[in-house]
Amino acid sequence: MTHLAYCLAAWLFAVGLYGVVTSRNMVHLIICLSVVQSSTYALLLAIGYRAGAAAPVFADIPSGTPAVDPVVQALMLTDVVVEVTIMALLLALAVLAYERTGKLDPNDLGMIRG
Amino acid sequence: MRPLVRLGLFLVSTAVFAGIFVAALFDLHPLGHADPLSATYGDLVNSLTVPERHITDAVTAVNFDFRGFDTLGEEFIMFASVLGAALLLRKHADESAGPPIDKQQGRQITLASDAVRLLSVALVSPAVLFGIYVVTHGQVTPGGGFQGGVILASAPLLIYVSGEFHSLRRVAPRWLVEAAESIGAGGYVVIGAAGLLSANAFLHNFLPLGRPGDVFSGGSVALIDLTVGLEVAGGFILLLLVFLEEVLVLRDPI
Amino acid sequence: MIWLQTAILIMVALGGLAVVLTRDPLHQAVVASFYGILLGLMFFLFQAPDVALSQIVIGALALPLMILLALARIRRKRERSVP
Repeated sequence: MTHLAYCLAAWLFAVGLYGVVTSRNMVHLIICLSVVQSSTYALLLAIGYRAGAAAPVFADIPSGTPAVDPVVQALMLTDVVVEVTIMALLLALAVLAYERTGKLDPNDLGMIRG
Repeated sequence: MRPLVRLGLFLVSTAVFAGIFVAALFDLHPLGHADPLSATYGDLVNSLTVPERHITDAVTAVNFDFRGFDTLGEEFIMFASVLGAALLLRKHADESAGPPIDKQQGRQITLASDAVRLLSVALVSPAVLFGIYVVTHGQVTPGGGFQGGVILASAPLLIYVSGEFHSLRRVAPRWLVEAAESIGAGGYVVIGAAGLLSANAFLHNFLPLGRPGDVFSGGSVALIDLTVGLEVAGGFILLLLVFLEEVLVLRDPI
Repeated sequence: MIWLQTAILIMVALGGLAVVLTRDPLHQAVVASFYGILLGLMFFLFQAPDVALSQIVIGALALPLMILLALARIRRKRERSVP
C-alpha cells in the first residue's frame, strides 16, 4: 500500500502510452490519451494525501483540523474539466481528418498536405 | 514509422522509465506521510482559508483566490479549445449535398421509448436546480463553477435524450450559448480588473467577506464561481450542439 | 479504509488496462465511462470530494458522449460515401 498509488500512476502512464503506440484507430488513440492523462491524477492524489486527515472542507469540521493538501486537488479539479474540452478538440480533429481523407488509422495518414 | 519499430521504441523507453521509476520509489515518502517541506503550502492554505477568506471549501479558495490567476489561464485554455472544436466542425459548403441519411428509403427513425422520454423530461429541472446549487455553494461545500457548470450542461442533454430536438434548439440557441460562454470568460477578467482598480492587485477581493458557511461569503470568489459556471456550462453545451448539429438534422422527424 | 483504498487503486489499474485493450471505439466509450466512475470513486476515497464530483459527471457522461457523437459523425460520413 505504501507505494501502490505511485505505482498506479506509472502503470496508467505506461498502459495508456502502449495503447497510443499500438492504436489502429484515431478515436481509440484519443481515449488512450485520456488514460495517460489520468495517471497525473493518481500521482497528484498520492502527493496530496495525508493518512487520517479529513477532506479540505471546513463546513462541518473546525478550521485547523488536519486536512489533505487542497492545492493538488485544485490542480486536478481544473484539469479534469479542461481535459475533456481538449479531448473534444482532438475528436473534432479526428472527425475532420476522416472527412478529408476517409481514413481513421493513423498509420494510413502519411504526410499531411495543405 | 513502421508499427513494429514504434513498438520496439516504446518497449525500450518504458524499460528505461521503469528503471528510473523504481530507483525513485526508494526516495519517495510513503503514501499519507508527505514531505514536511512540500506540505507547508497546503497546510498554510488550510489554516488560512476560513479566518482570512471566510471560505469553508479550501479547494475553491485555492482555485479562485490563492491561485486565481492560474485558473484564469486554465479557463482560457478551455475557451480556446471549445472555440477550436466549434471552428473545426463548422459546416462546409460541400457538406449539405445529398439528403440526410435517415430520410433515405428503407431506414426507420427510431424514437425514444415513452419511459425514457418521461424520465428524462422529469429529470431536467432537478438537473438545473442541482447545477445552480452546486455553482452557488462552491465556497461552502464541495462544488463550484467547474462542477456545477458541467451539471448544468447535462440538462440540455436530457432534453435531447427525451427526443425533443426542436425544444433543444429553442431552449439553447447557438447565439445564447456562445454569449454565455463569452460572458463567463470575460466576466472573470472583469472581476479581476475590478480588484485591480479597488485594491491595486489583480483579482483582489472587493466585496464584503460575509459569514463563513453562508451562501454570500467569500466576497468576489462567489462572483467568480458564477462566471466560471456560466463559461463551463456554455462551453459544454456549445460542444454538444456542435457535435449534435449533423445528427440533429438527420433525425428531425419532419 | 486502507483496504478500500487498496482495492480501488487496483480496480483503477485494471480499468485503465481494460480501456486500452478494448479496440473497438464504440465499446471503448462504454468501458471508458465505467473507468471514469472508478476514478471518481478513487477521488472520493482519497478525501477529494471536489474532484470526485466533477470527475463523475465528466468521466461517466461528458467524455463518453463526445466519443459517441464523434463516432456518429464518422459513421454518417462512411454511410454517405458508400451508397
